[in-house]
Amino acid sequence: MSTKGKVKGIISNLVIVTVDGPVAQNEICYIETGNTKLMAEVIKIIGDNAYVQVFESTRGLQVGAEAEFMGHMLEVTLGPGLLSRNYDGLQNDLDKMLGVFLKRGEYTFPLDEEKLWDFKPLAKAGDVVEAGSWLGEVDENFQPHKIMVPFTFQGQYTVKSVVTEGQYRIFDKIAVVTDSEGKDIELNMTQKWPVKKALTCYTEKPRPFRLLETGVRTIDTANPIVEGGTGFIPGPFGTGKTVLQHAISKQADANIVIMAACGERANEVVEIFVEFPELTDPHTGRKLMERTIIIANTSNMPVAAREASVYTAMTIAEYYRSMGLKVLLMADSTSRWAQALREMSNRLEELPGQDAFPMDLPAIIANFYGRAGYVHLKNGATGSITFIGTVSPAGGNLKEPVTESTKKAARCFFALEQARADRKRYPAVNPIDSYSKYIEYPEFEEYIAKRISPDWTKNVNEMKTLLQRGKEVQEQINILGDDGVPVDYHVTFWKSEVIDFVILQQDAFDKIDSVCPIDRQQFMLNLVMDICRTKFDFSSFTDVMDYFKRLINICKQMNYSEYQSEAFNGYLKELNEMLTLETAQK
Amino acid sequence: MATKAFQKIYTKITQITKATCSLKATGVGYDELATVNGKLAQVVKIMGEDVTLQVFEGTEGIPTNAEVIFLGKAPTLKVSNQLAGRFFNAFGDPIDGGPEIEGEEREIGGPSVNPVRRRQPSELIATGIAGIDLNNSLVSGQKIPFFADPDQPFNQVMASVALRAKADKIILGGMGLTNDDYLYFKNVFNNAGVLDRIVSFVNTTENPPVERLLIPDQALTAAEYFAVDHNEKVLVLLTDMTLYADALSIVSNRMDQIPSKDSMPGSLYSDLAKIYEKAVQFPAGGSITIIAVTTLSGGDITHAIPDNTGYITEGQLFLRRDSDVGKVIVDPFRSLSRLKQLVIGKKTREDHPQVMNAAVRLYADAANAKTKLENGFDLTNYDERTLSFAKDYSEKILAIDVNIGTEEMLNVTWGLFSNYFKPEEVNIKQELVDRYWAK
Ligand SMILES: Nc1ncnc2c1ncn2[C@@H]1O[C@H](COP(=O)(O)OP(=O)(O)O)[C@@H](O)[C@H]1O
Ligand SMILES: [Mg+2]
Repeated sequence: MSTKGKVKGIISNLVIVTVDGPVAQNEICYIETGNTKLMAEVIKIIGDNAYVQVFESTRGLQVGAEAEFMGHMLEVTLGPGLLSRNYDGLQNDLDKMLGVFLKRGEYTFPLDEEKLWDFKPLAKAGDVVEAGSWLGEVDENFQPHKIMVPFTFQGQYTVKSVVTEGQYRIFDKIAVVTDSEGKDIELNMTQKWPVKKALTCYTEKPRPFRLLETGVRTIDTANPIVEGGTGFIPGPFGTGKTVLQHAISKQADANIVIMAACGERANEVVEIFVEFPELTDPHTGRKLMERTIIIANTSNMPVAAREASVYTAMTIAEYYRSMGLKVLLMADSTSRWAQALREMSNRLEELPGQDAFPMDLPAIIANFYGRAGYVHLKNGATGSITFIGTVSPAGGNLKEPVTESTKKAARCFFALEQARADRKRYPAVNPIDSYSKYIEYPEFEEYIAKRISPDWTKNVNEMKTLLQRGKEVQEQINILGDDGVPVDYHVTFWKSEVIDFVILQQDAFDKIDSVCPIDRQQFMLNLVMDICRTKFDFSSFTDVMDYFKRLINICKQMNYSEYQSEAFNGYLKELNEMLTLETAQK
Repeated sequence: MATKAFQKIYTKITQITKATCSLKATGVGYDELATVNGKLAQVVKIMGEDVTLQVFEGTEGIPTNAEVIFLGKAPTLKVSNQLAGRFFNAFGDPIDGGPEIEGEEREIGGPSVNPVRRRQPSELIATGIAGIDLNNSLVSGQKIPFFADPDQPFNQVMASVALRAKADKIILGGMGLTNDDYLYFKNVFNNAGVLDRIVSFVNTTENPPVERLLIPDQALTAAEYFAVDHNEKVLVLLTDMTLYADALSIVSNRMDQIPSKDSMPGSLYSDLAKIYEKAVQFPAGGSITIIAVTTLSGGDITHAIPDNTGYITEGQLFLRRDSDVGKVIVDPFRSLSRLKQLVIGKKTREDHPQVMNAAVRLYADAANAKTKLENGFDLTNYDERTLSFAKDYSEKILAIDVNIGTEEMLNVTWGLFSNYFKPEEVNIKQELVDRYWAK
């Protein structure tokens, strides 16, 4: 019999329930009010009082209301049909909800119970299997969706039977396995998993090293992220966090993209709803929405569910990784999740840490980032979750708990800078402060030398050195004046501007410039570095400026043209003429 | 407030603080309204039989034997077409001497729109102000505040935007409005002959500050009525949201909550988001657009109120006095409309996005030149040209007294480009230069 309880106290969405039996930390319960049931999660227990956070508004709730405890933690339902769906933070299918407004206490099933899936068996009678073993697969939006032994199973099982190839619904029996005591267990295509627990059906988590192409030059060329890597994008409001995340999610070379809109604007999610079904995945030519799952818990949706939303997203990502797929997970913004933790911690009157955030915030963030990664599955296949979160630092000041904790947990740092955004130098990623730790991995260097070219790393380093030099020179010019420094200094500065304008800046709203595949990035980097290595000899600094402005303009026209099209090659020719002319004169 | 016959009356208050009083009561719902000696209050905490009420006016003079009556409902507003043309206080009671509204009683602060039911905003709101229409185009369904120091003419700009916006209804939510400003709005709307399209909820500086907390929800409940029930385009004006946030901090402070940055409550982000996210384009054609005012102190946008606002709203319009031209301008650096991409170059001429960006880039170059000048360095010929450009640009485009159509704004800007620059200095796609460069 399940534990029951009665509401004793209410402070906003923190409710105290006196219980008549055992309850577990993080257990889910439903509280009755009027004719609806409000879902809640246990967050603290003292004696027979369970403190629960309600995932909905508690308006009108009264002392004495009945609560029923469910005996499990917050879970997601996993199975074919997750792709292309729009969920709230608790995995309710938003499209199944009727009406324009959300209704309190309305919960909808996340999958389609009636849809028939083309099932192909992968295991056969007699096979010994364990949690995560692949029993069969169905085709989900042209991707192999593995039907796996439930992750909650412990020890080994023997397959008794698997259904033959054919069409089945998610709740149809597709296999029977026998446990070590000889008990038969029937399996269908779905399973459940508690979101706050990492799904670790893998044997090994080696260091990731394979480039995850994003099509964004300032990332791939300057500070690349890898399959299974982690990164974060901090920046004051309006500097381009969301635009950058959307760009990555559109262009990245991933099988599955999961977007957790966590406590941010609803209209930004609508933008995805509108665009993704229309846009195509540049790697497969299929519609973007086919590989995408959206978890929308926007800022006006219940605060407690905001925290759950990132875990829901991560668990679904882990599920697809266990199928040997490349998953990209994005969360915008992780600061809102931290704020949700703060609101509850304050209500619980816990001892506050810095800026009133809970003391264990760094551990919570590190744990979450730790769930990403590149893994070897038990059957030898590999899978990955690349995780990129945005951070919204209060007042744009990076010395605040969420940014600092995240910096310790994530391996790539894409720092968006107000000054760059103000000057419309998008993406406003500061090229000097940002970093990717992956470049330092010898295995990455080896990989990238093969994937792109042996001199790639050398070129990139040279580019970064020049950017740094350019910045130093600019500071000197600012102090000493244009004619207070040698003309050479101006040349160095303008070379760094060429890198900035041609490589780093990229128009996310231009059809062509927005996506830059790696071969095009290679071409442009070589071109720009050739310019940078050219020796120029100008008589005055104004000539330097005029010359480089023209040069940058031509390069920008190239960025706006289809790669290697007639127009592109025309500009290239013009550029080369300009270069020969200037160098020949001397 | 009228009392109903069956309501139980309590007369024993056990605890009184500056903002709250507590008593023993049963059958009380969370968020429910009550009156304490006639003063409106709301349930903020229930612990067994102990109920804590937040008294909107404050608890001055409340005795331990005050009469407490629970009203059995959360705050509500009566909605109907009779709202149009009327002025109300924070509780939704008429303050214009007119009759009570008859209509359906709706709870304020109602549920959110399901994100999948939203439509993408796509309708340009033309204001004639080039600093807005050219650089920061507004779209219906958007939420955007003016960031301005208290001495800037934000209420005037907001009123002109409202009148030019072609909205079916304009709902004014005034919080801590001075009586003069209140009369100003009344006058402007009256003179424009649009009073019948206006609904106002006003809390002036003469009313208790905590009452303001009800204003946005009242205004937005009225807005939802017109936008959902009548598919109207509704524009909501909220001024001044900084005073709203101040009221939040007064309450949380009096209730001994742990403050976060700038003594604001930790929930400030969620509290503001609940209001601003009511801006929406409904599937049936109605829409709610929110234009707000967030006053700054000394132009500081890192303060918790503008900072959290900026993270929530779809951009901000930053007003600043440009001493070079002696006018108030919409600052192109700190201003942003995040929804402009949805309309510029689509609902406006194709060259709009590139012209807008190029002009701002050149304006930034002018700012650099100015720094050079201030540091006593010689200016290059290019620097000189950017400075002249900036002055013209400020006067003909950025100043808030500009009132022209979008095409003309673009033409004026192309004109400025060709007056001062060569095409390669402007960095615009060649095909657009070929088409529009003023010869
Ligand atoms: N790569 C880009 N190209 C062009 N414009 C951009 C780019 N990145 C950002 N922007 C501009 O900046 C605005 C704010 O970007 P957004 O990602 O919403 O900021 P944040 O999420 O950091 O608050 C966008 O609406 C757009 O106008
Ligand atoms: Mg954002």
